[in-house]
Amino acid sequence: MQYRTRNMYLMPYAAWIALFVIAPIALIAYYSMFDIDGALTLANYRRFFTPVYLSMAVRSFWYAFLITMFSLLVAYPTAYLLTKTRHKQLWLVLIIMPSWMNLLLKAYAFIGMFGTYGPVNALLSAVGIGTRQILFTEFSFIFVAVYIFIPFMILPIFNALDELNPSLVAAARDLGASGWDTFRRVVFPLTISGVKSGCRAVFIPALSLFMITRLIAGNRVITLGTAIEQHFLVTQDWGMGSTIAVFLVIAMGLIMALTGSGEGGKQHAR
Amino acid sequence: MKKVMQAFIVVMAAAFALVGTSSYLNSSNGYSGADALTVYNWGDYIDPELVSKFERETGIRVVYETFDSNEAMLTKIAHGGTSFDIVIPSDYAINKMKAEGMLVPLDHSKIPNLKYIDSRFLDLPFDYGNEYSVPYFWGTMGIIYNPEIVEGRDFTSWSALWDEGLGGEILLVDSAREVIGIGLVSLGYSLNETDTGHLQEAHGKLCELAPNVKAIVGDEIKMLLANEEAAVGVVWSGDAAIIMDENDKLDYVIPSEGSMVWFDNIVIPTTARNVEGAHLFINFMLDPENAAQNTEYVAYSTPNAAALEYLPEEITGDARFYPGPDVTDNLEVLINLGKRMLGYYNELFLEFKMHRRRA
Repeated sequence: MQYRTRNMYLMPYAAWIALFVIAPIALIAYYSMFDIDGALTLANYRRFFTPVYLSMAVRSFWYAFLITMFSLLVAYPTAYLLTKTRHKQLWLVLIIMPSWMNLLLKAYAFIGMFGTYGPVNALLSAVGIGTRQILFTEFSFIFVAVYIFIPFMILPIFNALDELNPSLVAAARDLGASGWDTFRRVVFPLTISGVKSGCRAVFIPALSLFMITRLIAGNRVITLGTAIEQHFLVTQDWGMGSTIAVFLVIAMGLIMALTGSGEGGKQHAR
Repeated sequence: MKKVMQAFIVVMAAAFALVGTSSYLNSSNGYSGADALTVYNWGDYIDPELVSKFERETGIRVVYETFDSNEAMLTKIAHGGTSFDIVIPSDYAINKMKAEGMLVPLDHSKIPNLKYIDSRFLDLPFDYGNEYSVPYFWGTMGIIYNPEIVEGRDFTSWSALWDEGLGGEILLVDSAREVIGIGLVSLGYSLNETDTGHLQEAHGKLCELAPNVKAIVGDEIKMLLANEEAAVGVVWSGDAAIIMDENDKLDYVIPSEGSMVWFDNIVIPTTARNVEGAHLFINFMLDPENAAQNTEYVAYSTPNAAALEYLPEEITGDARFYPGPDVTDNLEVLINLGKRMLGYYNELFLEFKMHRRRA
């Protein structure tokens, strides 16, 4: 009897997963088998392996990698300093707050800031460097993407660092390890799970970014996300759009498998 | 467990309440019948005084609703549950609506004012014989530029865009037909080209343009050009008018080789409940005096030849927005080329975007 009630409580979750996780993925896989005229074919997959889409895929990975790397470089020290501050939670909220704002709004703000007559260029010419083209460059794209994703990197790392038993650090120092050695051999290995889940939380959405490729990079950066958007909204070639999506799903699955989802799970259990 | 159950019930109740409210809101906005007329138009795209005048003259109450893209409009009508009597879609959307049987044929005997429309703007490829639509406003695609920055270049030819001195100064719209169209028209081909050889040639020509292209953007193009982020942009005349309104240093030109022409048109969708009133409304809007008043309000180009007499010379004499037959003869309406061809255009456009980075 008790067993059956428990099953009943599981029903909504099972329905949810079937409807919103399994069904969409199945639909994407299904659509990817149709060409633009609605005929059943595998041609879309062949098309993916042409230079246009392959180089697009390589670039998407490269940009996602850069975004993740820079986010990590900024986020780790930030998270570390956060754990040392007196009002940790307050600072954390302040850092996370920008992510409550709408993405589009933030992107438009950056268009204004990076523009030829924007404050950044005004500052550059005031210090004698002169006006530069900032908007519509790869630099601005990566900068804005890092800005957008950084809270997702800081949070898990902060949690991991916060959990770290300070006596372990004290012990390492007592036993003669230098500050760098302590970090390299004690602190970093113990927080690697936070780093991993942070990287996943950044890399995976970064791989299919699309809106800011147009708004901030002026389509100078073309990712698979751009191609999906175009196929669904303009060409109405849902087959090809789905095929790219299938490849992204596979790529993300591989990344999850490679970075070991087991350790990440522990993070979230906290 | 009891708490979970309670929470679940609260969420469900809230969800049902929301569904109920939204369906109430949806149903309350369509009064229909013989004494009302529901108009579905772009935002701020009609002089409100004309609406009141129509209500006074006919005793029909007008319900005015707006959309912001053809796609949104098509989706909403296809979804059902609406009772729009008048819709004002663009040319290519009419193609789609016609193909899907969403339009009611017009009874020309009830629209005598159709005779005032310039014959250049009747009987066009998206609706031969104006069986379903009447042109409302029209415009072109051209080049908007900042004379202060481009120093003496006048852009009367598309080839001016390829000038080496314009490195990284051009903004393009993120749309395949328009951008590939620039390549086609500069080579003297039709904007509705379907010959893949010619399209490849146009693509090659565009790749040479890449070093001059600053960015390919969406609606932001208006803001960027008005703020002088770039010296040159390829835009629709409607957008050009808005940009020049904000920044009067800029100028607009339709290159002599030809260009695209667009139309927004009045149609009656099959959702109409007051077809009689819809015809009255169309005829009312085509009346020269009313059309002139509307043109002064909207500031786009009117296709109504008789209305020009009621408009000041400074509007009708502006060849940028009222070009003569020598220019309009070279203008082409974009024809729906079918999914497969559109797919090909998009593939070329994607390749062009990819090429840009290497350049």
